[in-house]
Amino acid sequence: MESPARTFAGHASRGELAYQVDAAGLPLWPPQVRGAGWRVSDGLGTVHATTTIRRAGEDPYDLSLVDLDEGVRLMSRIVGIAPDAVRVGMRVRLAWDGEVPVFVEDLAQGARAPSPGAPSPGSDGL
Amino acid sequence: MRPAGVAIAGAAESDLGQVAPGLTPTDLMAQASLRALEDCGLGLADVDGLYAASTQLPWASLNLGEALGIRTARTFDSTQVGGGSPLAHLAHARAAIERGDCEVALIAYGSTQRSVGRDKASVQEVSEWEAPYRPMLPMTAYALAASRHMHEFGTTPEQLAAVAVSAREWASSNERAWTYGKGPLTVADVLAAPRLCDPLGVKDCCLLTDGGGALVVTGAERARTLRQPPVHLLGAGEASTHRHLSSMPSLVETAAVQSGARAFAQARLTVADVTGVQLYDAFTITPILFLEDLGFCAKGDGGPFVASGAIAPGGSLPVNTNGGGLAYQHPGMYGLLLLVEAVRQIRSGAHDVVLGHGNGGVFSGQNTVILGSAATV
Repeated sequence: MESPARTFAGHASRGELAYQVDAAGLPLWPPQVRGAGWRVSDGLGTVHATTTIRRAGEDPYDLSLVDLDEGVRLMSRIVGIAPDAVRVGMRVRLAWDGEVPVFVEDLAQGARAPSPGAPSPGSDGL
Repeated sequence: MRPAGVAIAGAAESDLGQVAPGLTPTDLMAQASLRALEDCGLGLADVDGLYAASTQLPWASLNLGEALGIRTARTFDSTQVGGGSPLAHLAHARAAIERGDCEVALIAYGSTQRSVGRDKASVQEVSEWEAPYRPMLPMTAYALAASRHMHEFGTTPEQLAAVAVSAREWASSNERAWTYGKGPLTVADVLAAPRLCDPLGVKDCCLLTDGGGALVVTGAERARTLRQPPVHLLGAGEASTHRHLSSMPSLVETAAVQSGARAFAQARLTVADVTGVQLYDAFTITPILFLEDLGFCAKGDGGPFVASGAIAPGGSLPVNTNGGGLAYQHPGMYGLLLLVEAVRQIRSGAHDVVLGHGNGGVFSGQNTVILGSAATV
């Protein structure tokens, strides 16, 4: 059995944010043994929750949960703007910090919200 | 008629706050255990079930037995589900007693988190999918949940602060509280305190103290023959949906919905029967979510509910009457002290039904118990 984390890392090395689906095709996160197949995300998502972390002696930094449009929710960081300017509901686009996925505000489609009827991750049995 | 069930016969705390140099978590478990046995009039030779968990002691129940010289244990359980572990132990001890696997269960906890420092005392597994973003756990997880609650329901930092203000008010009349004598805390004080993980600041976080406690649990019939009036376990529910925050199904609804419903169904009671509440308050957002999820107010109304003064002294629902983890004591994990306070509330005669709710990790493990006086069985 190959480590799911290694498979993810292989994709990441090619600039692909990969995630798994289960046997019913529902998205899974994080990579795990019960995954039934891999998909590559389009890298577009929405900030689900956000905080600015303030450690003594360091610059504040963002930490957010991002809902990918494909239905995966992952922990990540929004970069390129002040951490306390990140807002819940902000549209974001995949960037990379080395092989760690991070996100930037997606100004091109900033006004576009996810389709109103779309189920949020977690409400559909993830 | 309910089944005979089990009862908490003895309850005690160890030294609290900042304990004497050199004391270990096992020392505090042992001290509290001896006090709890003395409280109910049983001895070490009566104990045949051992229950304990501590982030400092992965093999906690075995350490407990060794420290007390107990070589007659027939069942032992070091279940570690975070801060609510002692509530899980209470449910597990009930099952063991009802099965006949033991007759007298000792549930103990001890921590020297203040003395040795949080980094040493609270070692936990870290998700490789979260670590690169450097969360300040567990606080970051609770901050994220708060940010989502604020987004969905309009909850405000002032409402979060009201939880800390209420806790300090309760602690102001409790000499054992870490914050006793430190004067009142205002909403403005909480908001002016240094921010750590927005929207949470220093005063939104539980205390960092040493301490421990112990409970003696036995069958209800036997408990009636002992020194203290029994505190009956009327219902217990457990529920879990995740370990790490990024796998939590909803940031604004915890598995307390399920654990609470299970506990109420077993007890054949509703929230209307509960007059005293002990909720795990690691951060100011947590009681808000638990009040909603356990049914004391509607989903989304937790902020206005706590800001109304409902949970403060003189309010309609006494919550965390010792001052809670925010203002009383929080020795690494608070679950056992929460249960001791629930026992005190019932023994005082002020309450017949008290709900205790424990939380572990990052809203990961949820444990609800409903305790009742002799009048409830």
